[in-house]
Amino acid sequence: MMRKRKNAESATLDSSEGAIANKETEGLSQSQIVFGRFLRHRGAMISIMVLSFLILTVFSALDKKIGPLKIPGWWKYNTIDQPDLRFEGCPEGIVGCPTLHAVPGFLGGKNFGIGEHPFGQDDIGRDYFALVMQGAQRSILVMVVIGLVAGFIGTVIGALSGFYRGWIDAILMRFTDFIITIPVIIIGSVIGFHFGNLGVLFLALYLGLFTWTGLSRLVRGEFLTLREREFVDAARVAGASNRRIIFKHILPNAVGVIIVSVTLMMSGAILLETALSYLGFGVVAPDVSLGLLISQYQDSFTTRPWLFWYPGILIIIIALCVNFIGDGLRDAFDPRQRRQMTKKVKKQSVTLLNKGAKNV
Amino acid sequence: MTEPVLKVENLTIEFWVDGVWYPAAIDMNFEVKAGQVLAIVGESGSGKSTTALGLMSLLASNARTSGNVRVKGVEMIGANTSTLRRTRGKEVAYIFQEPMTALNPVYTVGFQIVETLRNHFDMGPQEARVRAIELLTMVDIPDPEKSFNKYPHQLSGGQRQRAMIAQALACDPGLLVADEPTTALDVTVQAEILDLMRGLRTKLNSAIVLITHDMGVVADIADEILVMKDGLTVEHGSADQIFNRPAHPYTQELLAAVPKLGHSPRRSLPSGSESNPAPVLKLSNVTIEYPKRGRIPAFVAVKDFDLEIYPGEIVGLVGESGSGKTTVGRAAIGLLPIKSGSIEIVGTDISHATQKDLFAIRRHTGIVFQDPASSLNPRLPIGESIGEPIYLARLAKGADLAHKVEDLLDQVELPRSYRNRYPHELSGGQRQRVGIARALALTPDLLIADEPTSALDVSVQARFLELLQELQEKLKFACLFISHDLAVVDILSHRIAVMQDGRLVEIGDRDQILQHPKDPYTQRLLAAVPVPDPAEQRLRREARLAAKS
Repeated sequence: MMRKRKNAESATLDSSEGAIANKETEGLSQSQIVFGRFLRHRGAMISIMVLSFLILTVFSALDKKIGPLKIPGWWKYNTIDQPDLRFEGCPEGIVGCPTLHAVPGFLGGKNFGIGEHPFGQDDIGRDYFALVMQGAQRSILVMVVIGLVAGFIGTVIGALSGFYRGWIDAILMRFTDFIITIPVIIIGSVIGFHFGNLGVLFLALYLGLFTWTGLSRLVRGEFLTLREREFVDAARVAGASNRRIIFKHILPNAVGVIIVSVTLMMSGAILLETALSYLGFGVVAPDVSLGLLISQYQDSFTTRPWLFWYPGILIIIIALCVNFIGDGLRDAFDPRQRRQMTKKVKKQSVTLLNKGAKNV
Repeated sequence: MTEPVLKVENLTIEFWVDGVWYPAAIDMNFEVKAGQVLAIVGESGSGKSTTALGLMSLLASNARTSGNVRVKGVEMIGANTSTLRRTRGKEVAYIFQEPMTALNPVYTVGFQIVETLRNHFDMGPQEARVRAIELLTMVDIPDPEKSFNKYPHQLSGGQRQRAMIAQALACDPGLLVADEPTTALDVTVQAEILDLMRGLRTKLNSAIVLITHDMGVVADIADEILVMKDGLTVEHGSADQIFNRPAHPYTQELLAAVPKLGHSPRRSLPSGSESNPAPVLKLSNVTIEYPKRGRIPAFVAVKDFDLEIYPGEIVGLVGESGSGKTTVGRAAIGLLPIKSGSIEIVGTDISHATQKDLFAIRRHTGIVFQDPASSLNPRLPIGESIGEPIYLARLAKGADLAHKVEDLLDQVELPRSYRNRYPHELSGGQRQRVGIARALALTPDLLIADEPTSALDVSVQARFLELLQELQEKLKFACLFISHDLAVVDILSHRIAVMQDGRLVEIGDRDQILQHPKDPYTQRLLAAVPVPDPAEQRLRREARLAAKS
């Protein structure tokens, strides 16, 4: 069984190598190679599937209004609906417990079913599933916006200071140092306090303006090494302008660092939003976010722990997925990355030796 | 008959790459006796370094070894770590290629020698220190007492290599494995290190396994030679036998590819040069300075340098590392600003040119860089790299550009299909051809070649030099060929300029410089070049030593 799988694996390997050889004239562009390698990264692929499933579910669950257009969601409740609190099936003295059950029949359970309120209900009877969906939407939005804004600013500032060095570098890096010295959580609190009521989008934009510092330093370091490489000189001799050197020659070589750093930043951004909302400075009620939900129901942890679990689990899933995808991207971008060898392989007797010896 | 210090039987080393075991060394058999030097020669990728590391079980975790390696009767393959620890350093010592990376930069040289000593002997710090200084004295480091407390970066390249040899000799090892010990060094320093190793062999009676690709070094020191190719032993015999009666065609090929000083036919200057044309490149009184940065003072790399290159001629610029030859090459195409003097390219003064002015002269110049791995953008297919100068000069676009790129690939004898490949898919020699194709894309009047062959194997180098010569004869560009290897310069150039410490020492016709050098530095440089012929090398060595004393 084991061997069969291994054979299949090596067969696919061979055929993929053959494919590369056959495509000689056509050639594989770097992005195609990177993409192919990314597709082979199991963790990243699973994460992408989980995350895209999650995003689809989360964003289509609730009714949505875009201008005059009203798109109905697939979930029966909205965040503002207040159905009656459920008692049946709950332990003594507790209301609004989750109806989600997944214990299979032969173990004495009721098989899988979501029931009326799978995640339970909050104090006033609102459906907790709807609230968590709404919160997850906010968190994902915050994550993406912070990632884009901070990624852009960090890359531009890092690239400029790394490429030009001299006084441009000095000014930009002192500015970066200045931003680093201010604790993000305090900036976030101040921003949240002043602009929290403007909505989650503004909050994310402002947070993005302060979270790019780590990235810019990484990009600067990368540019400092890359600009000394001979291919940059070669491009200059070929007559390339500074702009072309930065964007065509150096940036694609730094893209691995940028992507990895940005994905890590994005999972950090989710946690940042959660922390701010937990402190009461992030997303403000009546809007909902995962952090806000946790903060609101922290007292209920002993009696109604599900109010704590579900937002928490969602945060972990999203952050983990994003991290895994970042990992996969980094491995794909680095041509020197090789698959790790296991002990099993070391003992394996399949070898090219005899074949090779005959050939030479 | 004495017992061999090292006995290797059926040694096979394989590496696991992407699911398959690739053999790097196959069925190696050899032995080395005390006081004997075995040289393992071969081109890069032939498995010679792997074999050396395999002797000490220092291979990476994705390797596996089979066969027998016995050092003084102790089996090394599959030995447990404590046996290995006892043997390494004490019985077998290793001299690495790059002393700068092999010595730990945060410890003093003395500390590192003392560490080796105290790991193997029951020795107090004072005692170890005395012994370390003794060792440093033995390897001829100037002022050993002071050098004991120096950090690796405070020593010169040759001194670092000496310090590493001292460390290797700390425990009087029976076997010394030297992996390209002189490759990173200048010829004059190389000659000194080889003298040192030869002296040590007779003094300590150690067995030495020398790994190298340089046939000159082999001729200088080896008793026995083992030629490797693709992991297989191609030929094994005494030095005399290998050099004078090589049996295997590969060995013959290898020896033929080694450039020999003073053996290449005289190259006539292209016709039409008699009419005194304007020089393509004219450097007069050029001084180049690396400006001071922080507390590091300004450094004058090149001083009052004069050079003229006329259309269609190749001028070789030789010198040891740090002599400023690369700096000259880079300044000549406007990659570095100059402090004083003037540089003219095809009649245009670029001494104080702006970016825009330089753009115009880019069409007339091309450069081939030293390191083919670094000079091509790893994220661009090579077709795009080659076509970039044409594209940027707005000479062609789209299908037209693709056509031109294919022509250029034809010129450097690479398949057209390679245009969509990435640099990492090409070998070193192929990459360097791409470098040439790119440099010639705009059919320049002046080509600067900055040590283009130093990263290549001899056989690849030979082909590369041939190609460069053919192209030069066809396209008639002028060329400044920078190299540290006099034999290479000998093959190519019409005229040779010798540099030392940023100054021009001597310039003249190739034959005049190589046969009748006037300057003592040039003479020393020529004397230090090892010749791939044991008998001749012995004569040269004796002459050199006689001249020294």
